[in-house]
Amino acid sequence: MPVTVSMTVNGKAVSGEVEPRTLLVQFIRENLRLTGTHVGCDTSQCGACVVHINGTSVKSCTQLAVQCEGAEVKTIESLATDGELHPMQEAFRQNHGLQCGFCTPGMVMSAVDLVKENPDPSEQEIREWLEGNICRCTGYHNIVKSIKAGAEAMRG
Amino acid sequence: MTSEGIGASVRRKEDYRFLTGNGNYLDDISRSGQAYASFVRSPHANAKINGIDTSSAQNAPGVLAVFTGQDLADDGVGPLICGWLIKSKNGEDHNAPAHPALAVDTVRYVGDTVAIVIAETLEQAKDGAEQVNVDYQELPAIAFAGDALRDGAPQVHDDAPGNLCYDWEIGEKAETDAAFDAAAHVTSLEIVNNRLIPNAVEPRAAIGQYDPGNESFTLYTTSQNPHVTRLVLSAFNQVAPEHKLRVVAPDVGGGFGSKIFIYAEETVCLWASRKVNRPIKWTAARSESFQSDAHGRDHVTKAELALDANGKFTGLRVNTVANMGAYLSTFATCVPSYLYATLLAGQYTTPAIYCDVQAVFTHTTPVDAYRGAGRPEATFVIERLVEQAAKEMGTDPAELRRKNMIAADAFPYQTPVIQQYDCGDYPRALDEALSRADYAGFAQRKAESESNGKKRGIGFSSYIEACGIAPSAAVGALGGGVGLWESGHLRFNPTGSVTIFTGSHSHGQGHETTFAQIVASRLGVPVENVEVVHGDTDKVLFGMGTYGSRSAAVGGSALCKAADKIIDKGRKIAAHILEASEDDIEFADGNFTVAGTDKAMSIGEVAFAAYVPHNYPEDLEPGLNESAFYDPLNFSFPAGTHICEVEIDPDTGTVEITNYTAVDDFGTVINPMIVEGQVHGGVAQGVGQALLEGCVYDSAGQLVTGSFMDYTMPRADSVPSIGVGMTEVPSPLNPLGVKGCGEAGAIAAPAATINAVVDALWDMGVRSVPMPATASNVWQSIQSAALAAE
Repeated sequence: MPVTVSMTVNGKAVSGEVEPRTLLVQFIRENLRLTGTHVGCDTSQCGACVVHINGTSVKSCTQLAVQCEGAEVKTIESLATDGELHPMQEAFRQNHGLQCGFCTPGMVMSAVDLVKENPDPSEQEIREWLEGNICRCTGYHNIVKSIKAGAEAMRG
Repeated sequence: MTSEGIGASVRRKEDYRFLTGNGNYLDDISRSGQAYASFVRSPHANAKINGIDTSSAQNAPGVLAVFTGQDLADDGVGPLICGWLIKSKNGEDHNAPAHPALAVDTVRYVGDTVAIVIAETLEQAKDGAEQVNVDYQELPAIAFAGDALRDGAPQVHDDAPGNLCYDWEIGEKAETDAAFDAAAHVTSLEIVNNRLIPNAVEPRAAIGQYDPGNESFTLYTTSQNPHVTRLVLSAFNQVAPEHKLRVVAPDVGGGFGSKIFIYAEETVCLWASRKVNRPIKWTAARSESFQSDAHGRDHVTKAELALDANGKFTGLRVNTVANMGAYLSTFATCVPSYLYATLLAGQYTTPAIYCDVQAVFTHTTPVDAYRGAGRPEATFVIERLVEQAAKEMGTDPAELRRKNMIAADAFPYQTPVIQQYDCGDYPRALDEALSRADYAGFAQRKAESESNGKKRGIGFSSYIEACGIAPSAAVGALGGGVGLWESGHLRFNPTGSVTIFTGSHSHGQGHETTFAQIVASRLGVPVENVEVVHGDTDKVLFGMGTYGSRSAAVGGSALCKAADKIIDKGRKIAAHILEASEDDIEFADGNFTVAGTDKAMSIGEVAFAAYVPHNYPEDLEPGLNESAFYDPLNFSFPAGTHICEVEIDPDTGTVEITNYTAVDDFGTVINPMIVEGQVHGGVAQGVGQALLEGCVYDSAGQLVTGSFMDYTMPRADSVPSIGVGMTEVPSPLNPLGVKGCGEAGAIAAPAATINAVVDALWDMGVRSVPMPATASNVWQSIQSAALAAE
């Protein structure tokens, strides 16, 4: 039995008809056609689906769309403005923090939230924060380097 | 070196779309009118299928069709193939039991595909799949390679007696046995190379689509090699003739080998798309990936090293039982044979080597190439033996290696196991690694750890590998059913920009940047004016694809050959327009110049002239568009030394890597930033194998590690920072001098890590630790050693 759900996504009011069992990540990818948020697992471990809900990073596979009624959701597509990369995105590019790119949207969204919580994270703090984001390509070395640089750029 | 040419750490062109969420991965693609597929998979490791009742499923809401193996057989769809013929010791071809895309009368592993359910929505397809009733008759199963050959073991295939796929050998048995008989010292080890699951973060997916007007097919697939997929689907599975089949591999989120192979799912989706006349989309759930992606490694080995009284290696004798899984995957047979045993000389001058390999079937997921494909297994055998020998003989492990290394002036070096190494300087990499790892200070660090109640160890891995695969004639002689050349096509546009069409495929390697750098350096066109196209069989000349660390060595070399043709043609055009003889035209930095004068034309001007040939050589065709197919002269042989330092808490068994140093010779380095990234990623996978990962089947063939809940993936807090150094000895065998770098980390790291763990615990009586060396396994090893000492 479909229900209507409404929320704000990337600054825009949206609404859609979904079955109650629809996950937020499915709503984002299929209803809204925002395919930057990815699905990499079925046990909520990989973090490829990380978005921001009301300002905090959340795995969108752990939320039903209907749980986000009225929420403010931001996906990877919201970070760059007018074609210019967000400082964290730019830091990933400068420091080769991505290879295949599949984990990257979730990784970047997770990193942006880390810096909000902890503007000058140490290497150890960055590695622990990323426990919920799996990357198979980079070995994390350059992701950590990117986040350090991104944090510095975000501190202005 | 310019800011953009060979050797420059140019920032990647492909990053923009990946960082902004504008990648075009398979699951992001939707075809108008698409339907969705769900596969019915066997829950049993071994069972007869007495019947499949699809009637409920067919009548379920939204279901368009249900197909089984019988439907495929009725339509003449061929089985999934293995493309490498191995001959056993007795001269017989390997046993190659049929591998139908959907099981007909028997299922042979948990996850084996039995039926496809196609419906309007994914949820309806999944619900429909649950309504397919399969009457299984369970049978006993066998999962462990070491048990497959035993008398009375359950048989996986009637036409593979004793579960044997092949019994193959390489090297000189008599000579090697003699070396052992005469040896002053023999070191022996029993080694299990643990089964791994590739787990690229993007799950496999496919969309099959049929165009009834054209009678042609399109397959979108997460593939590392779309043309090979097209060839196999047409020639062997006979779903469509090649000229009526387009295969597109769009952005692919990691492969590591698992996306080379042609699997049941894309074969069936493609075939079924014509039956239902709708595009059919399938995306693996992660737990499906665990069951259905080709697994890696899974060797059981007995190995011995013979040394003389001075510590020189005189012989190496190896026996390996290699698990093929339930069916032969596309390249499975070559991995534990030609990609493994031909590397058993390592970096050393060992004169007598003999290896025999029994490849066996078990009721498990098919096993095939996974990052390193045979070379991690070989390196682990050699480097564990060398380290063990050093301990047993009381020699420093670095010095024992140095004593036996092939000298820098001994190349080309013919090993006793087919491979002929082109060039290298192994002692130099060893020295650089020792320095970077501060080997000299280790004793003090060990003492400090000891005073804190911790055990510190250091381990080496001086690896070599064969990649840049491979000379086609050699491949054919060894049983390979394909050539391993590559294509490169350069198309100049009239306004001077260039499109590269490459048969290589990038799924993280950065070819859109590095291949642009090659062309920038050869032709003087700025990187921003070079576009790289790959992954579409309609656009790109036939290519063999990306695996075996071959893209730069083979794909890049093909581009160099095409660039040479561009320069030759450009010279003719410039000579005509500048009114000079061809011999007087020099080409450098993007300009054709009349020698000794300042009369010049840029390559952009030459390109324009080629498309607007108003003043142009009479006998020359217009256009500036050249392609080349490049067949490598030999494998390439990256090599180096990795050093891993660990600190272990003996009370809990927890292993921490405090320092990891890699020094590698990859020949010419096109983009140092990207090459270092490949080393980081490879080392993380190698450390993963050594300390964290292990695919576990129980004795009934149930996959116990069926999701990320149970299979430990390396995470940011379990992988160290990695110090990377490079010693460049350009290969003389290809135009770029590159050797390939993608797999080296995964090849070297397991041995370095386990050698460090054993070193740390040696004085507690521990002599070996199984992989993965989890806290539990390490703690057990400590307890067992203590008990043995009593």
